[in-house]
Amino acid sequence: MSHNTLLVFEVTILVLAVFLGVEVISKVPALLHTPLMSGTNAIHGIVIVGAMLVLGLPDKGVFTWIVGFVAVVLASANVVGGFVVTDRMLEMFKKREPPKRP
Amino acid sequence: MSYNLTNLLYLVTIVTFILALRFLSSPAHARRGNQIGAIGMLVAIAVTFAKKGLTDYWAIAVAMVIGGGFGAVAARKVKMTAMPQMVALFNGVGGGAAALVSLAELHRILPEPGAPKVDIGLAIVLSALIGSISFSGSMIAFAKLQELLSGRPITYAGQQFVNATLFLACLAAGLALVAGVQDEWLLWTLAAGAALFGVLFVLPIGGADMPVVISLLNAFTGLAAAATGFELESNVLIVSGMLVGASGTLLTLMMGRAMNRSIANVLFGAFGKVTEQAAAVAAGSGDGNVRSASAEDIAVMLAYAHKVVFVPGYGLAVAQAQHDVRQLADLLESKGVEVSYAIHPVAGRMPGHMNVLLAEANVPYTQLKEMDEANPEFSRTDVAVIVGANDVVNPDARNNQGSPIYGMPILNVDDAQAVVVLKRSMNPGFAGVENPLFYNPKTVMLFGDAKASVVKLIQDVKTV
Repeated sequence: MSHNTLLVFEVTILVLAVFLGVEVISKVPALLHTPLMSGTNAIHGIVIVGAMLVLGLPDKGVFTWIVGFVAVVLASANVVGGFVVTDRMLEMFKKREPPKRP
Repeated sequence: MSYNLTNLLYLVTIVTFILALRFLSSPAHARRGNQIGAIGMLVAIAVTFAKKGLTDYWAIAVAMVIGGGFGAVAARKVKMTAMPQMVALFNGVGGGAAALVSLAELHRILPEPGAPKVDIGLAIVLSALIGSISFSGSMIAFAKLQELLSGRPITYAGQQFVNATLFLACLAAGLALVAGVQDEWLLWTLAAGAALFGVLFVLPIGGADMPVVISLLNAFTGLAAAATGFELESNVLIVSGMLVGASGTLLTLMMGRAMNRSIANVLFGAFGKVTEQAAAVAAGSGDGNVRSASAEDIAVMLAYAHKVVFVPGYGLAVAQAQHDVRQLADLLESKGVEVSYAIHPVAGRMPGHMNVLLAEANVPYTQLKEMDEANPEFSRTDVAVIVGANDVVNPDARNNQGSPIYGMPILNVDDAQAVVVLKRSMNPGFAGVENPLFYNPKTVMLFGDAKASVVKLIQDVKTV
């Protein structure tokens, strides 16, 4: 694929993603806005893929190695922390507990 | 792994992320959605490991253990009341990672003649710019919420001018790079300038506006991640980043609407420093008489009520009173009182903050009422109990055109037969605005720490 064909393709999915994002989010009740933020926070941790590609580059210099290493550390904190915090929050949302037997 | 297979598996990740967001439409299956998303993330990481030409597996693994270990421990240890700053922190590191990826990417491609192409250059500049702002801005938001810094707006003369100049300088550096100036240090300067801008930009924003800021910075990190997707020709980065960018932007706008303020006003208004104006408004409001009552009297009111609505605010989070409020509610229910909770969209320090705290205290989510659902109920409510909320129940937002919060939709607690306000002192809330509700003849105040007051109420209701 030529560079420009690829670019047009990428812009297309970018624009579709905008509409998809708005569509999906507008169905989330205010009750769950904190987990929504925390969950999307975990999702942008996908930047870890980019960070891994940088640190995994062949024939790189010390500079790229260091930058890539720090990027992977930061992105993995984002991923793990994001999903764990969201899970902890969502775990707490319960319907009424079954009545306690005396 | 072949190029096509790699991209197909990345598509699986994209689908799991969409499902994760889709499942958030109801608390009943939201948790499963998040777990599906986490699995999708694992798929993406595994696929990237299997990519042709990748080296230094050990370095990647070690970096992941360090970052992931920190993330896991921090996320497990943090108290629910400290959740907003934790989200800010994780958001910031994600933005930082995006900025670093773009710095490394420029370093890689610069030796090629004619590099970077205009579109790649634009993506690199955008992710460095937005990622750096998100990183430092989130750190300041973290420091403010953690109270390492004052939550009050920090302002100085010429602030807007300094910020605007700095931002324009960053933009100029970015344009030069896109136009073909082959200088790596220009991008580093840009990133450093953007990081400084992030600091200066969040400093003047008050604690009460943090929900908007965190939501906006979340959108920023998403956009920065999407931009790195263009640099690395990665669909999974473009789509996932943009999903977050779009949803974060939408959520930010919704927050603004919930306060009846434009996003520009939130970001650049340094809200909460207008105390002189607010004081002038306050001087003319109310009869100036505040009625305070003893816990015993209020306990009697509550115990003999038919319907009680609790209105939580940031004070509940500060005092960590959510468990005690729930105990009080249970006790009242056992006496036949109908109990619910009215939650304002911007109560607390992040969108939906109060819902999470009350969920932590095992309050069934069916009792948590959003503003539109709660407001018609107040006229049939005997007692509205305000626990650490202030601006979101301030009738000036309805009645007083001179008030800085005029026009903000509020919870109409003054429609209830009686209002009980649990409050530390007569100090105005974060917005620095006096609240005529406190002078309303229907209102009684119970001064003290919210948690201590609720504990006292529990004891007294028991003896009624």
